[in-house]
Amino acid sequence: MTTTVQLRDDFPVLSREIRPGVPLVYLDSTATAQKPTQVLRAMDEYYRKYNANIHRGVHTLAEEATAMYESARQRIAGFIHAAHPREVIYTRNTTESINLVAQTWGRKYLQEGDVVILTEMEHHSNLVPWQMLAAEKHLRLEFIPVRDDYLLDLDAYQELLSLKPRLVAFTHMSNVLGTINPAEEIIRLAHAAGALTLVDGAQSVPHFKVDVQALDADFLAFSAHKMCGPTGIGALYGKQALLEAMPPFLGGGDMIRKVYLRSFTPNELPHKFEAGTPAVAEAVGFGAAVDYLSQVGMDLIAAHEHEVTAYALERLSEIPGLRIFGPDLPHKGGVVSFTMNGVHPHDVAQILDQNGVAVRAGHHCAMPLHDKFGITATTRASFYLYTTFEDVDRLAKGLDDVIRLFG
Amino acid sequence: MDDLYREVIIEHYKNPGYRGELDPCDIRFEDENPLCGDHIRIDVRVDANNRVTEAAFSGHGCAISQASADLLLESIIGKSLDEVKELTKQDVLDLLGIDLGPVRLKCALLSLKVLKAGVYGLGEASDALVEGA
Repeated sequence: MTTTVQLRDDFPVLSREIRPGVPLVYLDSTATAQKPTQVLRAMDEYYRKYNANIHRGVHTLAEEATAMYESARQRIAGFIHAAHPREVIYTRNTTESINLVAQTWGRKYLQEGDVVILTEMEHHSNLVPWQMLAAEKHLRLEFIPVRDDYLLDLDAYQELLSLKPRLVAFTHMSNVLGTINPAEEIIRLAHAAGALTLVDGAQSVPHFKVDVQALDADFLAFSAHKMCGPTGIGALYGKQALLEAMPPFLGGGDMIRKVYLRSFTPNELPHKFEAGTPAVAEAVGFGAAVDYLSQVGMDLIAAHEHEVTAYALERLSEIPGLRIFGPDLPHKGGVVSFTMNGVHPHDVAQILDQNGVAVRAGHHCAMPLHDKFGITATTRASFYLYTTFEDVDRLAKGLDDVIRLFG
Repeated sequence: MDDLYREVIIEHYKNPGYRGELDPCDIRFEDENPLCGDHIRIDVRVDANNRVTEAAFSGHGCAISQASADLLLESIIGKSLDEVKELTKQDVLDLLGIDLGPVRLKCALLSLKVLKAGVYGLGEASDALVEGA
């Protein structure tokens, strides 16, 4: 087993017991990751020593808080290899990042009949914003199908590109199947067909190296809380020329250059898209999270998750009546969704919880994908840098209990 | 570990007495739990005095939601529709004999929500129907 397991001590919650003598096994990192002391300490220290509103303050605290807020942006930009920090916009989360693109770029540039290509494996956050815009602007939404092997049908994608889409928006890694999509190829083909691209990086940025320049992505959306950072903050990466041509999103303080009674001129990037007092402490925590992940090393994290996933697939395949939804390695990240014969996923999750094992049950905000496979819900175990083989053993043991009770 | 999965719940889940459909029926309503997509439909027949003579549920869901539907329908046979309107969250919890957290409460109360929306003749089921003690 790789060395990231030594880092478990960095995560205070992992030493907690769910009941006396039943330690927590946290297998729900796809929903939200646990936070290391380094992140908690950075946010605590910010409030204890620096707290002030940023920008326009002349006093020392305001200067320092502004510097910390902007320094975090710089490190986040470096983490995804953006050409410049001004290409990184703070948002609340991935969902807000995608809505920002739909409501600004989409509303300005898309017209009736324009085609937007999505995939059948999207999270609701990359479906509903486009459905809302499509209803308003009479757009045509098309979907790259998911094949029986849980990979995207790229032949069908090539055919869809003949419709001359304006945008291809797709998830880099499915939060249900774990499928890692060939982003570079999808983007290259989209560009060749004249379309822009938006990558939903909520599940990829936390788990392996994502380089926006190497990918040539036009937009990338991701959330801090899935990568050891706090909730309430995320980011939108956009190429500078695109962001500059887009109208502002929310109106208010900080996003303006000059305001008159009846008009305003917008601020420059990235402030143009950051109206109102932002989540400053969370930005500081976000910065600490990317520092932490960089220090561990994204390649090591990816290798560790690969090992754990391989072990989990092996252990779970021994359990009778268990069906896994998702591709085989290496096309799969650290997410294992499954059903068990005759037992509802809620019941599976509940019995696992009684064993201290935290998993998620439901449609995981991907109802159309579950419809496609003719199921309502799955149980999902997901892994991160702190997951051990022993965690997987505890999962398997809990599933034995499920069979004993319902078998 | 089996507090939540008391024998009565597993028994009603595995061998429900009121699973099925009534066609025709006097009251029919269906709805889902948006949290997990669980779906339940309840069909009810009443006599001339508006007393429940038969009831059945169909759809799919977890052990808690299915067992609570079965126990609930068992409990309303012979009751008047006015009495059904008076049923509360606590009545369902008493039938199940367990305490539930906020998430699983939605599973347990789905059938009551559907039943009451049908009895009241509402266009859609709302959580307000099953809130309160």
